[in-house]
Amino acid sequence: MKPAPFEYQRAQSIEHALGLLAEYGPEAKLIAGGQSLTPMMAMRLVRPTWLIDIAGIDALSHVTIMDHEVRVGGATPQYVLEEHAELGQCLPIIGQALAWVGHIQTRNRGTIGGSMVHADPSAELPLVSVLLDARLILQSARAGRRELLAREFFNGPMSTVIEPDECLIEIVLPRWRASRCGSAFDEVAIRHGDFALVSACAQMALDAEGRCQQAALALGGADNIPLDCSAEVTALIGQLPTEDAIDGIARSVVARLSPPTDLHASADYRRALARTLCVRVLRSALARAGERTGTPAGQMA
Amino acid sequence: MSERSYCVTLTVNGLERTGNCSARTSLVDFLRETLRLTGTHVGCEHGICGACSIMLDGRPVRSCLMFAVQADGHSLTTVEGLSQPDGQMSILQDSFCETHGLQCGYCTPGMLIAAQALLDRNPNPDEHTIRDAIGGNLCRCTGYQQIVDAIQLAASRLAADRPAANQPAANQPARAQSAPAGTTGHDKASHRS
Repeated sequence: MKPAPFEYQRAQSIEHALGLLAEYGPEAKLIAGGQSLTPMMAMRLVRPTWLIDIAGIDALSHVTIMDHEVRVGGATPQYVLEEHAELGQCLPIIGQALAWVGHIQTRNRGTIGGSMVHADPSAELPLVSVLLDARLILQSARAGRRELLAREFFNGPMSTVIEPDECLIEIVLPRWRASRCGSAFDEVAIRHGDFALVSACAQMALDAEGRCQQAALALGGADNIPLDCSAEVTALIGQLPTEDAIDGIARSVVARLSPPTDLHASADYRRALARTLCVRVLRSALARAGERTGTPAGQMA
Repeated sequence: MSERSYCVTLTVNGLERTGNCSARTSLVDFLRETLRLTGTHVGCEHGICGACSIMLDGRPVRSCLMFAVQADGHSLTTVEGLSQPDGQMSILQDSFCETHGLQCGYCTPGMLIAAQALLDRNPNPDEHTIRDAIGGNLCRCTGYQQIVDAIQLAASRLAADRPAANQPAANQPARAQSAPAGTTGHDKASHRS
């Protein structure tokens, strides 16, 4: 299982990488961790003529925590996010999701941006980017910088709107202001570390009385792209989130799914998983939000 | 088509090594075929089995999911780097022999790297942590239990050595006492036949 021949160059800066990408044309590809691209090349599903290595570019590898958002460089390795204590405090959903991403060996090389541009419909980090309504900064030598919402970025299985000469420079993850905020990630896969049959994640913020101030829900593996379920969870806003309300949301999410049937799972089984996982992550996010001020979650009917 | 040759220089198990290869040469092929370090095994060649695990700058990675050119300038530890310079096996390697943590041996170099990387960071892992650490490594012989046993045994021996000798360099004599060679599975090493 050997890739087709190609040439290799290590880029020294973002501008250098973008210049090389423009020069070598659409058959050139960027490589950072290579944990998705290398297997695709080994199976000869992808045959780039040039690989431009961006792994060593410092400007692409950073975690910048600000009051209202966290900015993460596109080539930041997943283990850096996993081990970042302050990030774990202010956006625990990242660590909760990474626990499901591949294995230790792949998280040591794999990057957040690599996972985003690979765009597997059941991948965890793209799902979290949709959950948090992340913004993506793309840059090319031709058109400079542009900014997109994560939910505008994915347009099909393993497919995004990134142009061949663009690089995903930065992922901007908004932080919610509420202090009583909880999140959860859960999934079902054939084996741990495999891509999920279905995955779900949620984030919820409560006011002092335990009413839902803000909520988000996203579902992976059930559609061609990570599914934003923020429309369904608006039913919770201003309410005490009861068990019935949570189940109602899960049912309304499942009602609009048309998941695929393949040799791993039928469409019906995926729907059943979707309902169970939506309930689980909403419940956990609620419970964690309730714990944040030490007051009992107590809103569950 | 003719492929360009790239010069790759790495530090492998503390020694600087240089070789030439094409851009598409995987790191594991470079280690085995160019540097003749055949301890690291090639399994699936697309990042599923973990047999080719090595440490890159102290962290376990899959050497089939890297091209050798990407590793230029980096520092590697392969399974050859786990044993002592005189060829004597490490506490971890002895533990694998004693608990029958291997049968055919194909996954063993990768398992040893995954286990060593775990013990380097967490000297007292619980069973769940051990299973998570070897979760990216497939074994078709043991059913994994003996591998978990081996890592637990190694962790307990390393812990027993630690208070006796505070300097890491003093581990070797203490180790020999706690795991006398000749009675540690080499005599019952069915995996060698």
